[in-house]
Amino acid sequence: MSFLLVQALSGLATAATLFLVSSGLTIVFGVTRIVNFAHGSLCMIGAYLGWSLIERFGGSVGGFWGSVALASLGAGALGAAMEVGLLRRLYRSPELFQLLGTFGVVLVAQDAVAWVWGPEDLMGRRAPGLKGSVDILGQPFPLYDLVLIGLGPLVLGLLWLLFTRTRWGVLVRAATQDRDMASALGVDPARLFTGVLFLGSALAGLGGALQVPREAVNLHMDMAMIVEAFVVVVVGGMGSLTGAFLAALLIGQLQAFGILVFPQITLVLVFLFMAVVLVLRPHGLMGRAEDAPPAAAAAAPVLRLGNRGGWIALALLALLATAPLLVGDYAVIVLTEMVILALFAASLHVLIGLGGLVSFGHAAYFGLGAYGAALLVRHLGAPMPLALAAAPLVAGLGALIAGWFCVRRSGLYFAMLTLAFAQITWSVAFQWSGFTGGDNGLLGIWPSAWASGKAVYYWLTLALCAGALALLRRAAFAPFGYALRAGRDSALRAESVGIDVRRHQWCAFALAGSAAGLAGGLYAFAKGSVFPTLMAVSVSVDALVMILLGGVQTVSGPLAGAALFHLLESQVMRATDLWRLLLGLTIVALVLLFPRGIVGVLSNRRERS
Amino acid sequence: MTPPAPHTPSDPLLRVEGLQVWYGHAHILTGVDLTVGRGEVVALIGRNGAGKTTTLKAIMGLAESRRGNVTFDGRPIGTLPPHAIARLGLGYVPEDRRIFADLTVDENLEVGRQPPRPGAPHWTPDRLFALFPNLAAMRGRRGTRMSGGEQQMLTLARTLMGNPTLLLLDEPSEGLAPIIVRQMADAVRRLKAEGLSVLVSEQNTSFAAAVADRASVLEKGQVRWSGRMADLMADEAVRRTYLAV
Repeated sequence: MSFLLVQALSGLATAATLFLVSSGLTIVFGVTRIVNFAHGSLCMIGAYLGWSLIERFGGSVGGFWGSVALASLGAGALGAAMEVGLLRRLYRSPELFQLLGTFGVVLVAQDAVAWVWGPEDLMGRRAPGLKGSVDILGQPFPLYDLVLIGLGPLVLGLLWLLFTRTRWGVLVRAATQDRDMASALGVDPARLFTGVLFLGSALAGLGGALQVPREAVNLHMDMAMIVEAFVVVVVGGMGSLTGAFLAALLIGQLQAFGILVFPQITLVLVFLFMAVVLVLRPHGLMGRAEDAPPAAAAAAPVLRLGNRGGWIALALLALLATAPLLVGDYAVIVLTEMVILALFAASLHVLIGLGGLVSFGHAAYFGLGAYGAALLVRHLGAPMPLALAAAPLVAGLGALIAGWFCVRRSGLYFAMLTLAFAQITWSVAFQWSGFTGGDNGLLGIWPSAWASGKAVYYWLTLALCAGALALLRRAAFAPFGYALRAGRDSALRAESVGIDVRRHQWCAFALAGSAAGLAGGLYAFAKGSVFPTLMAVSVSVDALVMILLGGVQTVSGPLAGAALFHLLESQVMRATDLWRLLLGLTIVALVLLFPRGIVGVLSNRRERS
Repeated sequence: MTPPAPHTPSDPLLRVEGLQVWYGHAHILTGVDLTVGRGEVVALIGRNGAGKTTTLKAIMGLAESRRGNVTFDGRPIGTLPPHAIARLGLGYVPEDRRIFADLTVDENLEVGRQPPRPGAPHWTPDRLFALFPNLAAMRGRRGTRMSGGEQQMLTLARTLMGNPTLLLLDEPSEGLAPIIVRQMADAVRRLKAEGLSVLVSEQNTSFAAAVADRASVLEKGQVRWSGRMADLMADEAVRRTYLAV
């Protein structure tokens, strides 16, 4: 009994930190309508800043809490700077660009923090005066955790006072509901939003700094924190403070007891919980229906490729086919990966370009294909052709299941659900080490003897990918594709002329998943190994960046984007360690300069001339 | 003392010249010219879709892309953002009311509050509750639980909290019961008596006739007729050409 009580209390302590970080995220979302990916990075920066300050001044009680406050303010200032430099320009952009832009900041922050504080985990000092533990029914419980438990409701109360009892709070709530009307009444929304970003980021920093005495500060905190905070915010209802508090409590308990019952799948548990809540209560526990229409990734049409375009595609294919005769092995390897990534990006484009469905977890199906093929080889000794045939089937099946949940929601919730399913597959691959090899992955997944030559495998890849691409293109210009686009541009109108929008989106999800799975299977044999990182958020984002580079509006865009992206990646990564920093800055610059992508800009120019 | 010429105030509070607005490729206003003199109530009249709402929004800085000269109290405001325009003393009352539904009546008024302005009547919640007695009884009520007429009163009261010198009033009588429409007309006359200038857009000529000194008639994004309100009411030919449905 007492053990369960202590477990519940430690769940409450986890919930307190979770609430601090999530409250910031939900406040920022409520006002700006942007899901700030960099919120986790601000939490991490708060923790690192807190660590440094506590090392220096944390010997006394005042020094410790002063350091925590200072770290929180530091994170707040960074958040405010981010609003002025980036978010302010994105308020009217499609959500794909908002998510990508803030993810660019995540990448920059990762390399910047590693550069300043180094790659090692940093163990912080314990809080002076709170080092001991108290006895709770005969079980020791850390005093510091008790303080944290009290801090959660305290912050909730203070935030409530701020938003209901101060003029600033009232203005923020007004601007949340109707930004234009508030500004027509003389409220400067820009200044207000900078303030909101400051507040939200300071809360993230506070949550981070308070973790210093509890666990080691590390470079994975940003993604871990943002993913958990997302879940809390989505479960609680986007923009709702009390919802976030309730959800943090539930998830804290789920984690505290889940680890006792299912130690292997604690990560999965949290996401399953979120998926179930979203299906039962689509707007979260305390959320309300959004009346704003989901911003489509691109309202502009996907144009049919003319005759000339068809010839160009064939000529390009012929040129690619002759490449192994002209260039060396290394170039052939790079080309193989480029072709695979082109299929991967094109499969995501089916969802984004045609369906207007921004998936933030497309890597799941790439990874399912790769793991499907690799597991068949490893556990059943299947030959390569069989494994390659299974890859799209496994991924397609996974997409069919995940898609059933995901297409029930649109816009941001769709993006978050796809992310959740990607995290589920990732955590299975990561935690179920007996079957999947865990963090060590599966090695020795090589092609059959007849295809073991680099050139032969390249030709095989090219043939399969070109075939799959032709199929995707055919689907885009078939009635199926038109129906999908109709649903993208106006779900209501499409429904009223008899199109079952959800079913079309579900089919598109499965189709995109299978195509990504084929790409994943080919990738596994090209690399000879698979790792859980294939399903990581960053791979999903890579695919989004490829599409962003190429432009959302055209069928050929993603192919060009994938080629350019892989070329840049393979060249820059060889030259510098700061690949993520450069990639992040590139993403931010792209989002700010070319909201329609590169091909989009070119075709825009053509239209004009 | 001779009254100023009826359709050209010599030193207008608001002067709009060649105002053009586009929504995407649609050219909504092709060149609107109008003036509002100090202490004057001007009606902007036109059929549905003539561009009345767009004109008011564009003056307020809420239109996506606008071109043309707008001066307020001698200052060009054609390129300012809405909040800066509001702080100069322009009060905007939208037709769709746009109450902050989650906020109480008191909180809605608080959002509109701006410092007192020399030369403009100074409003406090108490003074506004005297003007709109219905609102006084529901200070703690949220916008979601108010009738259309009450919302319209609150919208006007909220804008007055900014102590404006000029009100842009968009279709205040739309969708309201006749008794509320009469109350609105009374309110507008009382505001004029306090020294406020008003530009009111209306489809309802009888409401306009009850409050306005002058009128500008809008059709297809341009002002086709302007003159004294009384002259408009007397001239059936003009009304038939531009206003009959």
